[in-house]
Amino acid sequence: MRESIIMKIHYGTALAAVALVAVHVLMRLTQSFAESLEYENVIANYQFLPYAGMLEIILILLSVHGFNGLRVILLELKQGRVYEKAVSYGCVAAMIGLIAYGSRTIIMVNMGIV
Amino acid sequence: MTQVPSIAEEQLSTSLSSSKSVTLRIARFNPEHENERKFMEFTIPYEKWTTVLEAILEVKKHFDHSVAVRYSCRQATCGSCGMIINGKPRLACFTKISELDSDIVTVEPMNNFPIIRDLAVRFERLFDTHHKIKPYLIRDDSEITSNEKEFLQSPEELEQYIQFSNCIKCGLCNSACPTMATDSSFVGPQALAQAYRYVADSRDKGKDSRLKVIDDSHGIWRCHFAGSCSQVCPKGVDPAMGIQFLRGYLLGFRS
Ligand code: SF4
Ligand code: FES
Repeated sequence: MRESIIMKIHYGTALAAVALVAVHVLMRLTQSFAESLEYENVIANYQFLPYAGMLEIILILLSVHGFNGLRVILLELKQGRVYEKAVSYGCVAAMIGLIAYGSRTIIMVNMGIV
Repeated sequence: MTQVPSIAEEQLSTSLSSSKSVTLRIARFNPEHENERKFMEFTIPYEKWTTVLEAILEVKKHFDHSVAVRYSCRQATCGSCGMIINGKPRLACFTKISELDSDIVTVEPMNNFPIIRDLAVRFERLFDTHHKIKPYLIRDDSEITSNEKEFLQSPEELEQYIQFSNCIKCGLCNSACPTMATDSSFVGPQALAQAYRYVADSRDKGKDSRLKVIDDSHGIWRCHFAGSCSQVCPKGVDPAMGIQFLRGYLLGFRS
């Protein structure tokens, strides 16, 4: 993929994440901090599909943005064909892993496993 | 550190009348024979107009002719005499000792360039990256062949790039760039500014091929806009601005 496309995704995910995290923070302000961390409230949030969907999108946005940022830092630290390939594929794999792990929680709650 | 005595009076020519003197510290290093850089100190008389290059040449003339330094035009035109002067990349022929406002002037080779010896560095990487961005007008027709018209340009079109065509390839911007320090494949501010210079030229038709070269994992996106390249450029080229303009093309804000 062309670097300009990757960087457009990088900037886009940053902007979208700022907007959605702001919504997320505002929704958390409807309750006190301690209350919002109570087990029932957390489960209720995950079962409220529009909110759970937004959390899923935030997870994807931050993972894409974060791991691309990490890729860029690592590419600037050291160069070499094998190293650069390992960094790029490693970051994509880690990103997919993190999204899968985060999504698992939401899916498990909605399937009633938790 | 070696302390060398002041210039013997009979050896002085123009500097004799000077009442002021400065300690010139020159970094000495030969990578073929030495493992680390050492500094040699010389006391040099100077006038208000004496440049750092002139002081170095005094050292070569009177104390140690083996000091390696590259220079040619002595008038900020050829781009040969870039070095770190009191911690900042500057042209030695364009920096007066009096303007440094210091009793000690330390000269070192430019950062981010392999050292040949003392103050002389290798320019291969700079010339390679400069060449890579195709620093010439790309188009099928030519002004040179007969029956072709001159490529006319309005003053407004000229203004788009003229500032960037002042680059003398001195490498000071590359020396100041923090990304150049860590990323050995980074194309660098000098080449990026030149890429903009040709992309913004209304006579040029090679925009796409040039943008392709810099749209790479070690290309334009690795610039973090530290702005140090523009701060040190002796010709007012402002590579940092050129890089942002160039990004505009890649992000679709410019066409
Ligand atoms: S942009 Fe300025 S500092 Fe960089 S090489 Fe050209 S003249 Fe020198
Ligand atoms: S000697 Fe030519 S730029 Fe300094």
